[in-house]
Amino acid sequence: MSVEALGSAASVGDYLQLLKPRVMSLVVFTAFVGLTLAPGTVHPWVAAVAILCILIGAGAAGALNMWYDADIDALMARTALRPVPRGRVKPGEALAFGLFLAGTSVFMLGTLVNWMAAGLLAFTIFFYVAIYTMWLKRRTVQNIVIGGAAGAFPPMIGWTAVTGSLDLASLTLFLVIFVWTPPHFWALSLYRTGDYARAGVPMLPVVAGTEETRRQILIYSVVMLPVSVLPAVAGVAGSLYAGSAILLSGLFLVLAHAVWRDSDGRLANRAAKRLFGYSLFYLFALFLMLLVERGLSIAPFAPVRGFLS
Amino acid sequence: MTGKNDRPGSTPTREEQERRRRGRSIAIALALAAMAALFFITTIVRLGGNVAERAF
Repeated sequence: MSVEALGSAASVGDYLQLLKPRVMSLVVFTAFVGLTLAPGTVHPWVAAVAILCILIGAGAAGALNMWYDADIDALMARTALRPVPRGRVKPGEALAFGLFLAGTSVFMLGTLVNWMAAGLLAFTIFFYVAIYTMWLKRRTVQNIVIGGAAGAFPPMIGWTAVTGSLDLASLTLFLVIFVWTPPHFWALSLYRTGDYARAGVPMLPVVAGTEETRRQILIYSVVMLPVSVLPAVAGVAGSLYAGSAILLSGLFLVLAHAVWRDSDGRLANRAAKRLFGYSLFYLFALFLMLLVERGLSIAPFAPVRGFLS
Repeated sequence: MTGKNDRPGSTPTREEQERRRRGRSIAIALALAAMAALFFITTIVRLGGNVAERAF
């Protein structure tokens, strides 16, 4: 048999790389927190199945993103070694793999857990692939502001896996991630501006300049402070979370202020890198506090009157 | 899980290709078996005691 007749040159590891494992880990963690905080009970096995389906769904979205973005991934140092631009996985293989996983994850979540959660998972994959990757990413400077919604849905899907309904309380978890996403990516893009410019992706520093990006990061960091406390206002979290959220968001604001202040040379790069690193810790710590609070049986605050009705 | 000749654009040897195909085949078989087990166990878990208690 000739080498060509053997078909794909991809190894199992290449296919696993298509799933964006690092993004998956954050998705699974936030989905798990949503599932834990939701009112009601679900069998631990069914909960594990729900998390698995969300994991596969997130991987599917990653694979479809890598299929569509292979041309620009090849131009950026951070993404040039991904399996498709590297020639290890053919575009058609990545597309088929992504579509199959997307269909399987939604079908499994629907039949084994509930269809409301499955619908939300399907919408999330659609949003990430069609709305963010295909439509917004290359066209508007607001790409990650709107596209960030895709990364914010997982805790809502986890929540809905338990309740079977869309609740306003779970929307507060969505908002925490939604508002966090722009400053997180803009901090990264500040010291990767050349990459994005080469690929023609209209990230904020490329289009509006680094000065404006620093200002926007600071504005979003100010907004994050009240938004991070919303889960406590909605009766999802209690005092330990609220205190931690204020502290963590306060430190975020301090680091964002440093990014805004230090606009030149090495100091500016260092400030942006520090904020990016901290932003990853920030989101993890915030959701971890929600879990810790549940683990310690610290009661959530009563929802503020009128917030949920 | 990278092969020996894994520079961008290079064609892997026939042995390497066969090794990777075998790896993919095993992964697909394991995934299918896991999926069947998952559906079976979840069905049992969700039915719970309802099978024994159902009215005839």
